[in-house]
Amino acid sequence: MSDLDAFRAEVRAWLEENAPPFIRQPESIETAIWGGRKPSFIHDDQRLWMERMGAKGWTVPEWPREYGGGGLSRDEAKILAQEMRRIGARRPLDSLGIWMLGPALLKYGTEEQKREHLPRIARGEIRWAQGYSEPGAGSDLASVATKGEDKGDHFLVNGSKIWTSYGDKCDMIFALVRTEPDAPKHLGISFLLIDMADPGVSTRPIKLIAGDSPFTQTFFDNVKVPKGNVVGERGRGWDVCKYLLSHEREMIGSLPTTQLSAETLAQHAVRVLGADGIARAGALRSDIMQHEIDAWTLAIAIERAGDQAKAKASSPFTGSVLKLFGTELMKRRTELAMSIEGSAGFDPQGHEAQEWLHAPANTIAGGSNEIQLNILAKRALGLPGA
Amino acid sequence: MPLVLTEDEQMLVESLRSLLSRSAPVAAFRALRDSGDPKRYSPALWAELAEAGFAAPQVPEAEGGIGMGYAAAGLAAEEMGRVLAATPFLSTALAIELLIAAGDAGQKAALLPGLLDGSRLFALAIEEGGRHDPDTRATRATRDGAGWRIEGTKRFVLDGGVADGLIVATQGEDGPMLLLVDPGAPGVAVTPRASIDSRNAADIAFEGVSVGADAVLGGANGSADDAAAAIARALDVGRVLLAAELLGIAQEAFDRTVAYLKEREQFGVKIGTFQALQHRAARQYVALDLARSVVLKALRALDEGDKARSALASLAKAVTTRTAREAMNEAVQMHGGVGVTDEFDIGLFFKRARVAGETLGDDYFHRERLAKMVWGI
Repeated sequence: MSDLDAFRAEVRAWLEENAPPFIRQPESIETAIWGGRKPSFIHDDQRLWMERMGAKGWTVPEWPREYGGGGLSRDEAKILAQEMRRIGARRPLDSLGIWMLGPALLKYGTEEQKREHLPRIARGEIRWAQGYSEPGAGSDLASVATKGEDKGDHFLVNGSKIWTSYGDKCDMIFALVRTEPDAPKHLGISFLLIDMADPGVSTRPIKLIAGDSPFTQTFFDNVKVPKGNVVGERGRGWDVCKYLLSHEREMIGSLPTTQLSAETLAQHAVRVLGADGIARAGALRSDIMQHEIDAWTLAIAIERAGDQAKAKASSPFTGSVLKLFGTELMKRRTELAMSIEGSAGFDPQGHEAQEWLHAPANTIAGGSNEIQLNILAKRALGLPGA
Repeated sequence: MPLVLTEDEQMLVESLRSLLSRSAPVAAFRALRDSGDPKRYSPALWAELAEAGFAAPQVPEAEGGIGMGYAAAGLAAEEMGRVLAATPFLSTALAIELLIAAGDAGQKAALLPGLLDGSRLFALAIEEGGRHDPDTRATRATRDGAGWRIEGTKRFVLDGGVADGLIVATQGEDGPMLLLVDPGAPGVAVTPRASIDSRNAADIAFEGVSVGADAVLGGANGSADDAAAAIARALDVGRVLLAAELLGIAQEAFDRTVAYLKEREQFGVKIGTFQALQHRAARQYVALDLARSVVLKALRALDEGDKARSALASLAKAVTTRTAREAMNEAVQMHGGVGVTDEFDIGLFFKRARVAGETLGDDYFHRERLAKMVWGI
């Protein structure tokens, strides 16, 4: 038996022992586990699952062990993911700390910052928020105006951030703050880690068309942030931010087919319309099939991106490609799901309506798709600047 | 196999590029077209490709090939697509696939070497109507003494005007039957067809054509089931190779278009500075990048005998046909007026993409085929 086969057997046995029944069910937005200082679980199995996986470092399988990770190779991590899928196990932890801050800290953080923050992210002890956009800085992110005045050992931060995901439930926020007011636009920004329990931080929920409030506006009123909380060089936060956004893009693009969809659109159509109904709705059938073709295409593109990463032959533009195609596909999927349901899909709290109302945000967030097109046109194709 | 090219595959691409840029630039195809040569392909180029092992790199060593796999064949098809090389690459791949899958030892020994070294050219006579429909066979083979008698008409036979041998898909007594037919045999009438892509094609009528028992692919042991399986397999291989060619055609037309956007000036600036064009070009970049993933996946599936290979063949053909069609329309539009002139090469890509898209099924055919696989309806 090869080492990988032995590892697979070990993983399988451990999961069998440690994956509690409740988490072996298809995921939905409601069942996500976010952790944090005051975590909320809809079932105690979720807590168990997060803690057990966190203790193994398998919430972040490929991070180094000294920072709370599993220290697994890419192949081992793939096996872990396969074995989790095999028993239908959900992700043990959803976290901007894992998806975004972690990779940035691993690349830009000091040893002290890594040791302080990464293990807590891995164990789900701190729930992180992202503080990028501002009311006056959306697509033009580099014009952030939240300012941090140099007060010797700390920055005094004033301003506000918007579209903070679950800002009212988060413990800490990584934020772009203008610390060098006289420097050029892109060179005056620092990447700060701010504790949201500190005096002067407050949030206000934003109600969306879907009826929920997953985002807040987050206000900073004379918040003192120690200088040791700058990630990367002072004034070079834009570099950290770009690095981190490339991770976010890949994640947003790859979410719909790989994680959230328990059934394919084709299966959904059969469940609701039956074979006869599909046969009678020829035009709809054709569009559903085109969606399935594109969904399969996306899955293959994600597979290739993984293979390229492994071969150290990644393209810097894959994130933009996946984000563009993946988010537009997700929108198309929810539109078609609504068409399959017809009037039966109009319940505001219904699954299809909720997915449909939430989908448009994805082509806007993480650098709107128009921004991705700009990136591709200028950097991938080298088209001249307007 | 990962969806990344191996070093060997990258080297293959490089040597193909250097051979093709030397012997088969787009100008060579244009000259061939303008010469009016009825063969509509260059035997010298085909011989050179065969000599270098590129005529059929997928053929295993056990069958006399170089055993580089379908991925290598796909890369060859893509590179030929980039320069619009008019070669019997597809016909040869289809014939080889059918021979290996259904031929008996004697047939393989007699025909494979010539196909591999480029000295023989076989065409597959399968279509009977305009749209791809491999399951309709009005052309019949009935018993005639010890042999068979063929009646019917095959249309749009690729390379049908130059082939020195035909493989005819007929309806036998209990299902499909593949017959080897000499195009010069009594009762065979080959009528060349003009085609928008300036490649060789013909309609072929069979009136009371008599062939011996040894003309049946597989000989005495050839069964309808074997023939059906061989046809299905060959068509899927052909579809993936066409998908690779379409990727090459679309990529080249796109690259030329991006270069044009950086060079052409209007309103005192390069037209590539206009966001209206930048975003459209970026969308083509995305579509091509995705199509590249799908083609490589389908090629690897053929090499690995993946059980999804047939579905992946349809996926690849559907995706590349659609992607190439959109890329071509955008390429012509972004070239403006010169895009619709014969003098500019972009129109040659535009026309070949239409034909390669239809061959062995367009995006509508394959979307339908996938729908039937998924739903059974």
